[in-house]
Amino acid sequence: MSPDLLFKAVALLGGLGFLLGLVLTFAATRFRLKRDEKEEAILSVLPNANCGACGFPGCAGFAESVARGEADPFGCPVSDAETREKIAQILGIESKPKEREIAVLICQGGEKECGRRFNLWGEKDCRSVALLHSGDKECPYACLGYGHCVKVCPFSAIRMGENSLPVIDEEKCTGCGICVRECPKKVLRLLPKSKLVYLACVSPEKGKEVRDKCSVGCFACGICVKVCPYSALKMENNLPVMDFSLCTDCGICVHKCPTKSYRDRAKARPYAMISTACNGCGECVKVCQFKAIEGKPQERHRVIIEKCIGCGECFKVCPIKAITMVGALGYAYK
Amino acid sequence: MSPLKIFLASFLVNNIVLMRYIGLCPFFGVSTRFSTSFGMGMAVIFVMTLATLVTYLLYHLFLLPLNLLFLRTAVFILVIASLVQLIEMFMKKSFRALYSAMGIYLPLITTNCAILACTFLVIDYKYSLLNALIFALGTSLGFTFVILLFSAIRERLEYAEISPAFKGYTIAFISAALVSLGFLGFAGLFGISL
Repeated sequence: MSPDLLFKAVALLGGLGFLLGLVLTFAATRFRLKRDEKEEAILSVLPNANCGACGFPGCAGFAESVARGEADPFGCPVSDAETREKIAQILGIESKPKEREIAVLICQGGEKECGRRFNLWGEKDCRSVALLHSGDKECPYACLGYGHCVKVCPFSAIRMGENSLPVIDEEKCTGCGICVRECPKKVLRLLPKSKLVYLACVSPEKGKEVRDKCSVGCFACGICVKVCPYSALKMENNLPVMDFSLCTDCGICVHKCPTKSYRDRAKARPYAMISTACNGCGECVKVCQFKAIEGKPQERHRVIIEKCIGCGECFKVCPIKAITMVGALGYAYK
Repeated sequence: MSPLKIFLASFLVNNIVLMRYIGLCPFFGVSTRFSTSFGMGMAVIFVMTLATLVTYLLYHLFLLPLNLLFLRTAVFILVIASLVQLIEMFMKKSFRALYSAMGIYLPLITTNCAILACTFLVIDYKYSLLNALIFALGTSLGFTFVILLFSAIRERLEYAEISPAFKGYTIAFISAALVSLGFLGFAGLFGISL
C-alpha cells in the first residue's frame, strides 16, 4: 500500500467520522427533547418489572403517559401503597389508597375431586383444550389444570400443584391480573389481599348436576346464606355472592359448607376462652353456631376447643367481656 | 433491465429473505406478532431506501474517484448508522406519530445485514441511481411482504399441536423453508443475475 493511498483512506474515514460526529452532536443539542423530570422520577419509583399489566409497553411507557397526564397515576397494578404515595408526591396530587390485590383460584376441582370426561391426545394447552366441548373436565366450568396461568405469570408466582390445580404464591403475587385475563375458563379472580374467605366455585348449575361431577362444587344448598350473621351472602345464579363490605371473614360459612366449597386464606384461627368473670348468662351459647360452648346457667361456661372455629361471635355478644380470643399467632382478630 | 422488472425481481423472484437468505435475524426475531412485523417492515422500507441513496452517492462521489473501494464496508456501516441515528432524533422531535409507529425497530434495523447487502448489491449490479432506488424499494417491500406473511403463519402455529421437539424456532425454520420452496416457483420467470 502506498503512503498516498494510506493517507487518503485515513483522511476519508477519519474525516467522515469527524463530520458525522459533529453533525450528531449538533443534532443532539438541536433536537433534544426537554427531558421530563417528572417522567424520570416516576420511572425510578416504579417496580420496573415491565410486565405490561398496565396496558403500556413497559414501565417507561407508563411513566411517560402519566407524566403527560394521560394515564391514571395509580394505574400500575403492581405498585404498593408506598410507590403510589411517591408517585402522588411527584405529581403533587393526593394519593388515593387502593387495596392491594392477589389472584386466587376459584375452583377446587382437581384431578381427585372432578374427573376427566375423555382422554386427550396431542399438545395440551388450557386455551386449546377449552375450545373442545368446554374442556375435558367433568364440570364444564372447572379449572383444566394445564397450567396456562403458570406460563403467563411474569412474576413466577404460580406453580402447578400435585392435584392439577395451580398454586399461587401469595408472597410473590403482585395482583397484576394477567393470569385472570388469560385464563380461558375464568376460574381466577383478584381478591383484596386482606380478604380471607371466598367461595371457590364458579358453577352456576345446581343440586345433582354439580354433585355428580364434582365433590367440592357448590350445589346452591343455601346453608351459607342462612348461617351468615352479617347477611353478606346472597344467592344469585345458584351461587352465593359475597358482599365484601359486609363480610367480616368470620369463617362460619367455611365450616358450615357441606361440600367445603369455601376457602379460608387465614393460616390459623384463634379460639375463644372464657375467664372466671363469666356469670353464666348464656348469651354466648345462643350465638355459637357450632355448639362449642357448654355450661349450666348461672355458672362459668367452658369452650370446647375442638369445636370452636374462632369466628368470634361469642366474643362480640358477651355483656361482661369475659371472653378472649387466644392462639393463632400472627392472626389479628378484626 | 426495465425498472418494472427490477422492481418485480427484487420484490418476488430474488426476495431478500426467502431467496437470498439475508436478514434472517429480524425475520425470525420479530415475526411472532403481526403488529410488530408491520413496524419492522416499515422501518426496513424507510432505512433501506434511504441508506441505498446515501451510500450510492458516497460510493460514486468519493470512494470510486479516490480508488478506496476496500473501505466500502467500513464507510457504509458508519454512514448508515449515524444517518439513522440522526433521523431518529429528528423524528422523535418533529414526527412523534411516525416515531412511535416504527418505535424500537428503527435503530435496530440499522446494523442489519439486509440493509448492507442491498447497498452492496446495487453497486455490484452497476445500476443507475434511479434503478438502485427502485431495487431498494422493491427489496424492502419484499421483506415487509414476506415478514407479514410469515407472522400470520406463526400466529397460527402458536395454537397448533406441535411435538415438543419441534416447538419454537425449529418449526419456524421448517415453515420458512417451505415458504421459501414456494417462492422458488418464481425463479423460472425472470431474475437478476450478474
